[in-house]
Amino acid sequence: MSADVKLEDVWIRFGSFEAAKDVNIHIQEGEFFSFLGPSGCGKTTLLRAVSGFLEPSEGKVLIGGQDMAGIGPNKRPTALIFQNLALFPLMKVWENIAFPLEVRGVGKAERRKRADELLELIALPDQGDKMVNELSGGQKQRVAIARALAAEPDVLLLDEPLSALDLKLRQHMRTELRAIQQRVGITFIYITHDQGEALTMSDHVAVMSQGVIEQVADGNTIYDSPQTAFVASFVGENNHFQGKVTAADGDMVTVETPSGVLRGRNIERDGKPQLAAGDQALVFIRPESLRFVDGEKKRDNVLEATVERQEFEGNFWQVFLQVKDCPRVVSLSMVNDGSSVGHDVGAQVKIGCDAAHAVALPVGQMAAE
Amino acid sequence: MTSDRIRKFFVLFFVCGFFLYLFGPLIIMGLTAFNSSAFPRVAPWECFTVEWFDVLSNDTRLLTGLRNSFLIGFGVVLFAVPLGLAGALMLTQVRERVRPWYYTIVISPILVPGVVLGISTLLFWDRIGVMFGASRDSLFYNGFFLTIIGQSTFIAAYTMLVFISRLQRFDSAQEEAALDLGATHVQTFRKILLPFLKPAIASAAVLAFLASFENYNTTVFTAISTSTLTTVLASKVRYGIDPSISALAVSIVVLTVLGAAIHEVFKRREEAEARQAGLVAAGVMERKSTQKQWFLEPALIMILLVFIAGLGTAFFAGTMGVEECKVAVREQKRIETQKRIEELQQRQQAERAAQQAAEEARRVERSQRTGTENFNSIFSSDNLQPQAGDTAPATPQSERAGTENFNSIFDTQNLQQQSGQQEEAPARTGTENFNSIFDTQNLQQQSGQSEGQSGGQSGQ
Repeated sequence: MSADVKLEDVWIRFGSFEAAKDVNIHIQEGEFFSFLGPSGCGKTTLLRAVSGFLEPSEGKVLIGGQDMAGIGPNKRPTALIFQNLALFPLMKVWENIAFPLEVRGVGKAERRKRADELLELIALPDQGDKMVNELSGGQKQRVAIARALAAEPDVLLLDEPLSALDLKLRQHMRTELRAIQQRVGITFIYITHDQGEALTMSDHVAVMSQGVIEQVADGNTIYDSPQTAFVASFVGENNHFQGKVTAADGDMVTVETPSGVLRGRNIERDGKPQLAAGDQALVFIRPESLRFVDGEKKRDNVLEATVERQEFEGNFWQVFLQVKDCPRVVSLSMVNDGSSVGHDVGAQVKIGCDAAHAVALPVGQMAAE
Repeated sequence: MTSDRIRKFFVLFFVCGFFLYLFGPLIIMGLTAFNSSAFPRVAPWECFTVEWFDVLSNDTRLLTGLRNSFLIGFGVVLFAVPLGLAGALMLTQVRERVRPWYYTIVISPILVPGVVLGISTLLFWDRIGVMFGASRDSLFYNGFFLTIIGQSTFIAAYTMLVFISRLQRFDSAQEEAALDLGATHVQTFRKILLPFLKPAIASAAVLAFLASFENYNTTVFTAISTSTLTTVLASKVRYGIDPSISALAVSIVVLTVLGAAIHEVFKRREEAEARQAGLVAAGVMERKSTQKQWFLEPALIMILLVFIAGLGTAFFAGTMGVEECKVAVREQKRIETQKRIEELQQRQQAERAAQQAAEEARRVERSQRTGTENFNSIFSSDNLQPQAGDTAPATPQSERAGTENFNSIFDTQNLQQQSGQQEEAPARTGTENFNSIFDTQNLQQQSGQSEGQSGGQSGQ
């Protein structure tokens, strides 16, 4: 069984503080949906409203089309995986997994059987008789998932469950989680501040900032066509140049910045282009879109710059440049193809990109560096 | 180098002094329980004996008090532990702003003197009893009921503190997780919170029991006609004590040490298990599939063996040859007493002779004065004489049963020792306060003989 989740005009207030402002989201059944945002943006609050630990101040939460108002967390078809997992330390692994069955009055033999099946699913067979503190971080993680699945929820909620794991394990668990989701086929709602997790696992991502949903889209769209300055600056690395729109033609705009004239895509929001001539705008260019301009090949946007320093990152080079009349250091990344960057520190160079790789957006709140 | 050594010496001195201060009284008291002397004292050491344990086990008043203390202790545990748990849980539920107020209110019984709690409990339930027109043998006037209620008022606050400190370490996410997984609130409490609080419940119960067991201030008012260990002990101290009280104390100390040692063994076992779990989780070692049974713990067996061996040794040493020793001591005493009495008699005879001469001279003088004759005889040493003389044949009385407690007080030894050998008096400890009351010195002092007394008095 799987169910869709709908948040309709949800506001959540704590005193005068607004943790969620007019949230409208429809999460399809059986999809892997992520809320992505910096800490304190209200994503966990939204999750608690879905799981039933708090009631929205305004608006409705619907699960499988049913209004959840007044229904407690133990009556909702959801299971939550806590940030610290909240496994029961005084119980054995299998007792942890079988807890949802125990409270429903399922007999012991049946519980044990089901726990063993779930241990099989999470690839931890024969570990049921261990105590929880005898497991490693990744194993605990999987036990928490098995325990939640034992409750047979329609919607599984995950509150940054991977944040406590080290990098290698985290990357491994991402694939694992995605595989489990596809195997059981229920709706996963995933909370994270790690964009890598959100982009790799999710069917759809909602980017949140200060209680507001900035954009809901699949990972590609979020990355390539951010709709707000916050999304552009929060997801991935981005260079930005501020200026004034001098011309808006079709889906492209021309922006005059102190560093030079830049052309970029005019991103639509709610079906309408956001920029018109005369507006203040920010042009975002990703480091991997920037190239050194070597004379013969024409680029739409060309900037004059001085190489400040170079960092070798293994699979690519990161070059930091001082661009004329731009207060910030601009970064450019090159795939490491065995050759060097080709420019020494202090060299005068020209960098540029195609207009299709530049994004022009209205001036707005940016993600903290 | 030397300054370092001096510092080390002072640290050692301080540490030794500190432990002496802590355990000195306990050690002295422990020794008195094995001395056959009728008054609890270490010096002079008479005979090693366990007879006071025997006396203790036959003291019905004390044993009844002990039994009542146990009953009340269990009653307090049953009442104060749930009350404290409820108070602590409430603290986690009330709103942030109310919390300091709530805390102050529930903790205040600890700050109220026990005497006040005792009196107010008594008065309160008396009023309620009057209101319901209850008779004098109803619950409202029952010493057990009132003592349990009265002690619980402040002991519940102690247990609450234990629960609060445990609850502070509780991850409330576990409660939420249980709820989220479909458990009801009752199930969450029973299956998640209660198992977590189990160690705190155990320590709160022990704390409540001990606090109840040793309580006097409140109990003395609420117990009414019921006697508890503390009230019996208090009345004993008032009417004269013997070393059976030390024997009781030694028993309690031994049981406490035994309990603490066993607790420590179990704690270490748990810690070792936790360490092993860590290693298993880290993949360093395999999990040991079978665990040792708790009664196979070598440390536990060791402790029990030491306890049994100590008990046996004390029993044999304390019963073998005690009678012979006592007879020898008595004989020794008798001889000494005889000697001292003779000395005293000689001295007093000499004194009397001297005094009579002086008296004769004064009487001649005084006979001219009228009205003072009646008082002369009060301070006369003649009054003393018969007493000192008469007690000599009374020595065998100490063998009479039932009078032992009083022997030491009116013992001729006391009279003898101090009137005859004053240099010995400062050496004795503990009995001085009582000796001085019936001291012949006091009498002698008044009879006008002041030679040699300054030495004896400075010793006191």
